[in-house]
Amino acid sequence: MTTTSKDVKPVAGITVRLAGDSGDGMQLLGTQLTNTSALAGNDVATFPDFPAEIRAPRGTRAGVSGFQVQFAKQEIFTPGDTLDALVVMNPAALVTNIQDLRKGGILIANEDGFTAKDFKLAKVDANPLDATVINEEYRLFKVPMTKLTRTAVSEHGLSPKIADRCKNFFAMGLVYWLFGRSLEPTLRFIEAKFGKKPEVAAANIAALRAGWAYGETTEAFGESYQVEAAELKPGTYRNVMGNQALAWGLVAASKLSNKDLFYGTYPITPASDILHELTKHKAFGVRTFQAEDEIAAVCATIGAAFGGTMAVTASSGPGIALKAEAMGLGMILELPMIVVNVQRGGPSTGLPTKTEQSDLLQAMFGRNGESPLPVIAPQSPADCFSVAIEAWRLAVECMVPVMLLSDGYIANGSEPWRIPEMSSLPKIDVQHPEGKTDDEPFLPYKRDANHARPWAIPGAEGLMHRLGGLEKENETGNVSYDPDNHQLMTNLRAEKVAKIAERIPAQEVFGEESGDLLVVSWGGTYGACHTAVQQCQQAGHRVSHAHVRYLNPLPANLGDLLRRFDRVLVPELNMGQLRMLLRSEYLVDCIGFNKVQGKPFAVSELIQQIETHLPQPVGA
Amino acid sequence: MNLPVLKPTDFASDQDIRWCPGCGDYSILAQMKKVLPDLGVPREKTVFISGIGCSSRFPYYMNTYGMHSIHGRAPAFATGLKSTRPDLMVWVITGDGDALSIGGNHFIHVLRRNLDINIVLFNNRIYGLTKGQYSPTSTEGQVTKSTPMGSIDHPLSPLSVALAAEATFVARSMDANVKHLGMVLKRAAQHKGTSLVEVYQNCNVFNDGAMAYAQEKAQRPENTIELEHGKPLIFGKESDKGIRLVGTRLEVVNRSDVADDDLLIHDEREQNPSIQMMLARMRYPEMPEPMGVLRDVEGVPTYNDQINQQVTSAKERFGEGDLEKLFSAGDTWVVD
Repeated sequence: MTTTSKDVKPVAGITVRLAGDSGDGMQLLGTQLTNTSALAGNDVATFPDFPAEIRAPRGTRAGVSGFQVQFAKQEIFTPGDTLDALVVMNPAALVTNIQDLRKGGILIANEDGFTAKDFKLAKVDANPLDATVINEEYRLFKVPMTKLTRTAVSEHGLSPKIADRCKNFFAMGLVYWLFGRSLEPTLRFIEAKFGKKPEVAAANIAALRAGWAYGETTEAFGESYQVEAAELKPGTYRNVMGNQALAWGLVAASKLSNKDLFYGTYPITPASDILHELTKHKAFGVRTFQAEDEIAAVCATIGAAFGGTMAVTASSGPGIALKAEAMGLGMILELPMIVVNVQRGGPSTGLPTKTEQSDLLQAMFGRNGESPLPVIAPQSPADCFSVAIEAWRLAVECMVPVMLLSDGYIANGSEPWRIPEMSSLPKIDVQHPEGKTDDEPFLPYKRDANHARPWAIPGAEGLMHRLGGLEKENETGNVSYDPDNHQLMTNLRAEKVAKIAERIPAQEVFGEESGDLLVVSWGGTYGACHTAVQQCQQAGHRVSHAHVRYLNPLPANLGDLLRRFDRVLVPELNMGQLRMLLRSEYLVDCIGFNKVQGKPFAVSELIQQIETHLPQPVGA
Repeated sequence: MNLPVLKPTDFASDQDIRWCPGCGDYSILAQMKKVLPDLGVPREKTVFISGIGCSSRFPYYMNTYGMHSIHGRAPAFATGLKSTRPDLMVWVITGDGDALSIGGNHFIHVLRRNLDINIVLFNNRIYGLTKGQYSPTSTEGQVTKSTPMGSIDHPLSPLSVALAAEATFVARSMDANVKHLGMVLKRAAQHKGTSLVEVYQNCNVFNDGAMAYAQEKAQRPENTIELEHGKPLIFGKESDKGIRLVGTRLEVVNRSDVADDDLLIHDEREQNPSIQMMLARMRYPEMPEPMGVLRDVEGVPTYNDQINQQVTSAKERFGEGDLEKLFSAGDTWVVD
C-alpha cells in the first residue's frame, strides 16, 4: 500500500519541519522520518529544537517543540535554512515557525488543534489559518487529524486520551505519503516499542496507515515528491546522533588502547545522553559514575586516570565552570583524560536546550594559573566519533587532559555515518612503566620527546610516587617552591601542548589557497559555512573555507594561510572568541560575524555576509 | 608466597616533614606507619589521597602511591580510583575544614555509597594552614582570627554526620592515645566498606588544648569513655560511673546506684544507628565523649564491588562487547 497512484515529482532535496506541543511527539516523528529517509539512501541532516521545560504549559508558544530534517540526493551539510514543508499541530506552532517556510511552501495544519481555546493559549486573536497571508503565500492543507485519528483507531478500544496521542502517527503517515517514504521502518519501530501493549501498537499502526491513505485519497493532495538516493561513498551506513557517536567514539578509543573506560559525570543538558548511551555498554568494560556534583565527577575521573584507566568526564558550560579547579589539577598532575563540553547557550544557566559556541575561551583560559590544555572540536554529529578517538590519542601521547568542545546542535543533530571497520582504525599505544626493585629513584616527571611524563600506576613495585597540586620539582616531582623551577615547569607544560602542532595535520582549505576571502570556522558551524562557501564559489567568487578542528594548539600553517587572503571572515555562534585568538596569535585583522540567538547559522545569512566582504565589481 | 616483612620505616618517604613542632599530626603519621606493616598490603598497592590543609600533606610523607588533591574532594578522587582499581588499599586523609566544610558533599556521598576505603579525619577544630580561622567543628563562642566576638556557628560532629549517612564503620580516637589510635586505624583498615575515623588532633599553634579535657591523661578518664563491643559503658578514674539508656536519652549514673546489668551494653554491630547516634551526641562537659568504634556493620555491599559486578554480569549476559556488532545493530543500509 505504499505505492501511490498519483503523480510523483522528483526533487533534489526537501527540508521539512514538524512542530507541535512538547507532548505531541514531534521529536519521535522527526527521528522516524530521518531514519526512514536515511534508509532510503538520502543524505540527511537534522535539527531538533525543544524547550528547556519538560512540559511547558500546553498549547503555549513556550511549549512548542520542533524537529527539522533535510533529506537530499546530494551530499548536504546542514538541516536546511528555509522550509519546503511545515507541519503544525496547533496555532502556537504555526505562529512560531511560519517565518521559516518558503513562499509557496507546503503548510499542513491539524485543523482540530485550532480551536478558540488554542488561540487563547497561543495568544492569537483569530484563527491564523484564516489569515489571507497564510492562504495566499503558502499551500495550506487543513487536516482534521484528531478526528481522523479517532476514527482510525476506534476499533482498538483505547481511551480518548490515549487515542488522541496516536495523532502524531497519523501526521507521520501523511508526511510519508507526501515524500514517498516507506512505512516499513516505522512499522518495525512501533512493533518493537509498543510490542508489550498490542492495542497501542495496533492503534499507532492504524493511525500511520490512515495518514498515508488520507494523502492518497484526498483530492486536496494532487502530487507527492520523491528524493532519490544520494551518491555517498560506498560502505555500510547508519544514522547517528552526535552524543551517540561521541559515546561510541569513547568506547572505540578504549578498545583501541586496550583500556577499560571510566566515565564520571553529573546530569546536565545537553550532555546527559552521552551518559545514557555509555551506561548501556558495561559489557565493553565501561564503568559510569553519576557523581554527587560536577566537581566529584571530574575528581573521580582524575582518580581513575591515576589508577591507569581511560577516564572521561563531560558536562556543559556551567558544569565545566565547576570543574575548572580540578582540570587545573589534572593539568599539573599530567594525567591523561578527556573533558567533554557539550556547549549550550550561556552565561550561567543560559539557554540549556539551545546551541552556542561561547565556551571556547573558557576551554582555553578558564582555569587559574598558566594552564594550557589541548582543545579540539568535532564538526558534525558523525565526526564526534573520530574526534573522541583523537582526543584520547592526544591525551595519552601528551599525558594531559584534552578538552573536547561539542555543542547542542551537533549533540542532538543526526546524519548518516559510514560504519568503520575497527581493524582500519589505528591502535592507541599506551605504556605504563614496569615495576623495579633496584634502589635507583623513580623519576615521575622525567619527560620523553613529546615532553610527556611516564604514566606509572599504583601496583608497580618500586615506582611509588606522590602527585599533587603543589608545584613540582622537575623530574623528581617532589614539592618545590624554587622560583627557577616554577618557571621551568610552567614552560615545559606549555611547550608540551604547543608541540602538538608539530604532529597534527596541516590546516586544510576548501577552495583555493589564496583569494579575496577566507571563511574560518570551528565546531558545529562547519556545515553551514561549508555550504555557504560552496555556493559562493559556484557563483564565481574567490572564497575559500578553513574549518579549524584543532583549536589549541592551532595548526602550524594556519597563520600563513590567513595572510594569503585579502580578508578573513570568522563566523561564530559567540561574540568573537576564535576571532580574538586568531588576532592575538597571528596579528591578522579578522572580521567577525557573530550571533547568539540559540540558533545555528542559516546558509543564506552567511552568504549575505560573505558577499558584503567581497570586493565590489568596478563601477558598482 | 613469601612476602617481605616491612617495618614502619619502610613506609617513610624521603621528604622532610613540615608540620609545626609539637603538632598532633606527627603522632598519627607514626601510628599509621606502625599499623601498615601489619596489614600485609604491599606499599605499591597502598594509596593515600588527601585534600588540602595541614593534615593533607600526609601523603607526601608516605612511601606509597599518593595524591595531594583539591580542597575537600579527596573522597571523589578515591571513588574514581577504587572503582576502577579495587585491588588497591585506599586511604583518605582529611581534616575538619576539608571534610566537613568545603568537602561536606563528597563526605556524605562516599559514606552512603560504602566505597571500600578508609577515611582518617584529623579534627583540630581550627583552620591551621590558613592561620587560625574557625572551622565547622569549632565550639560556639570560640574566639579566632575570623571570629573576634566569638563564633556564632553551631559545630558539626563528623560522627553524627557519618551515622546519619549510615556509614558502615564509624570510630573516634586521638593523637595523644597512641595505642588506642593504632588499634582503631587497624580496625578501620580491616573493615570492608567506608571506614571513618575521627582523630582528635591538637593544633598547638592555633588551638592549643582545645580538646585537653580528652587528651590530657589526668582528665581523660572522667571526660571520655572507651567503647568496647558487648561491654557495658563504664568510665571514670575509678571506673565508678556508667551510661544508662532511659527512654530515648542517655544519662550518666553512679555504678554504686545502678546494677551493671542496667547499663547500656555497646553494640557496634547493630544495623540501626539510633543508639550509636546517641553515643555520638554525648558531648563534653555534660557527658563523657565516646572513644573507639561506635559502629562496625559488615555485609553491606560496597560501591566498588557493585560497579565491577555490573560489568562482570553484563559480560556474562551479553558477551564481551563487540563494537562492529554495536554499530550495525538497528537500521543500516549499504551504498555500493
